[in-house]
Amino acid sequence: MHAVLKMVVQRVALGVLTLLVVSALVFISVEFLPGDVAEQILGQSATPETLAALRDQLGLNTPPVERYFDWLGGILQGDFGQSVISQRPITELLAQRLGNTLSLALLATLISVPLAVGLGILAALKRNTWVDRTINIGTLTAISFPEYFVAYGLILVFSVKLGWFPSISIVSGTVTFAERIHLTLLPSLTLTMIVTAHMMRMTRASIINLLALPYVEMARLKGASQRRVVVVHALPNAIAPIVNVIALNIAYMIAGVVIVEVVFVYPGLGQLLVDSVAKRDVTVVQAACLIFASAFIIFNLVADVISIVSNPRLLHRK
Amino acid sequence: MTRHLRKMPLTALFGFAVIFTYACVAIFAPLIAPYPETAIVGPEYMPWSDEFLLGTDSLGRDMLSRLIYAARNTLGIAIATTLIAFILGCSAALFAATMQGWVDQVISRIVDVMMSIPTLITSLLLLTIFGTSVLNLILIIALLYSTVVFRIARAVAMGIVVMDYVEAARIRGEGMFWIMFREVLPNAATPLVAEFGLRFTFVFLTVSALSFLGLGVQPPLADWGAMVRENASLITFGDLTPLLPAGAIALLTLAVNFIVDWMLHVASGLKE
Repeated sequence: MHAVLKMVVQRVALGVLTLLVVSALVFISVEFLPGDVAEQILGQSATPETLAALRDQLGLNTPPVERYFDWLGGILQGDFGQSVISQRPITELLAQRLGNTLSLALLATLISVPLAVGLGILAALKRNTWVDRTINIGTLTAISFPEYFVAYGLILVFSVKLGWFPSISIVSGTVTFAERIHLTLLPSLTLTMIVTAHMMRMTRASIINLLALPYVEMARLKGASQRRVVVVHALPNAIAPIVNVIALNIAYMIAGVVIVEVVFVYPGLGQLLVDSVAKRDVTVVQAACLIFASAFIIFNLVADVISIVSNPRLLHRK
Repeated sequence: MTRHLRKMPLTALFGFAVIFTYACVAIFAPLIAPYPETAIVGPEYMPWSDEFLLGTDSLGRDMLSRLIYAARNTLGIAIATTLIAFILGCSAALFAATMQGWVDQVISRIVDVMMSIPTLITSLLLLTIFGTSVLNLILIIALLYSTVVFRIARAVAMGIVVMDYVEAARIRGEGMFWIMFREVLPNAATPLVAEFGLRFTFVFLTVSALSFLGLGVQPPLADWGAMVRENASLITFGDLTPLLPAGAIALLTLAVNFIVDWMLHVASGLKE
């Protein structure tokens, strides 16, 4: 157990280090701006005096290292600083949007994970039959489609032709839980389409790899049915790789979320990010990028820790 | 090879046919397109008719002509980006594998950090800082995807630098560039070619996604991603037109994926 604990601690430490390095990079990148944040806020016509005053107010005259630790310290206490364009505190902008994005991702995860694992097991069970080939072509097709193609396709069918769901998902603070589900379902389905294919292919591949091992052959020779071999013997050992793929895909969903939110005009973090990039609102872009990057790193970290803990064989490698 | 070609599945054949068609459309765009790329030729949002086969867009430009010209722009940008990513990634990987030691460590750790952030997020951050232009787009995406190429090429090259003939070249006193490009690269080429197709689809999808978000190819240049964005409001009237450029992207990615899938299948020795 000590060895497992040591590996987990090492992995977590590495994750924290990565987070620090990434936050430093996100911070430094803004230093490469032509001019600086003060010039961005005031524009071309600013006089040197007002520029100097604003630089002083924003603390731009202190050395970058000091400002980085101030910025990071503020974020750890929930203060992301101030928007360059609207002058509002960024934390205020982020608060509700973060919740919206999380609920969208959660709904997509709840639909896609059981679907992907189920289809993956089915494809592994029916390997090399028409079921497997159909699923293979279907998933390749889904992987190839850009997010907005799927999104507009779903809008055309489910909201324009059938009228079941709204084509834009503006979630305000006052919606009830049922309304929220109704509004979020179409964007979630789009995300589901994008991530399910990948998860399903990996589930199938990891089960098929296990089926070649001697202990599975032993189970077959005992006379166990194909279903029992896959579900009882192969699946438990496939859990580590499958959990890994699920965590990776939730991380992968981050990129999808940005586009899906733009298509559905969904008030989430992704839309805020795209709007801020278009407006060149540097500080908001910084904050949003840091949140997305942290989420990505943390999901990868969780995936690694789970695969270490659930697979003692990892300890005896080499 | 001919044996593999004859046994090529329908999906791969379909893939090659699609790529051939796209290449022809892109190369002969001015001959095929009925109208110029950026000219306003009629009223906005005209429905499909004999005069405008696929109608007109939000500014009154011919949809079909723009779809055809976009093949040039979008594919050109994606291919250029993938090429730069490969040149960057492979050079760094060959360099790291040939030098080993701290050079390899430094480059690998930089790549680790770059890969710990999703590509779309990093590219959005970089586009904010450097501004949106086609050149910036190509350079940023190429840089970000070169990290993936680096990892793969390094793994391949690491297996080759320990070979006797590389050792022989070293003892012979050949320079580092000779070893990188004359000894290691030719032997690493085959796996990298298959990888090129796969990376191309990712680059293509990312570039189109950024254009769709309004942060990639800028108007009036025709681009499939940007065309979806410009005409998206038509969807709410039940008009299929905005799906056409998105479908053009989907079809090409699908075609490349079918071919890559078949190549991987052949490379794995046709085992089931």
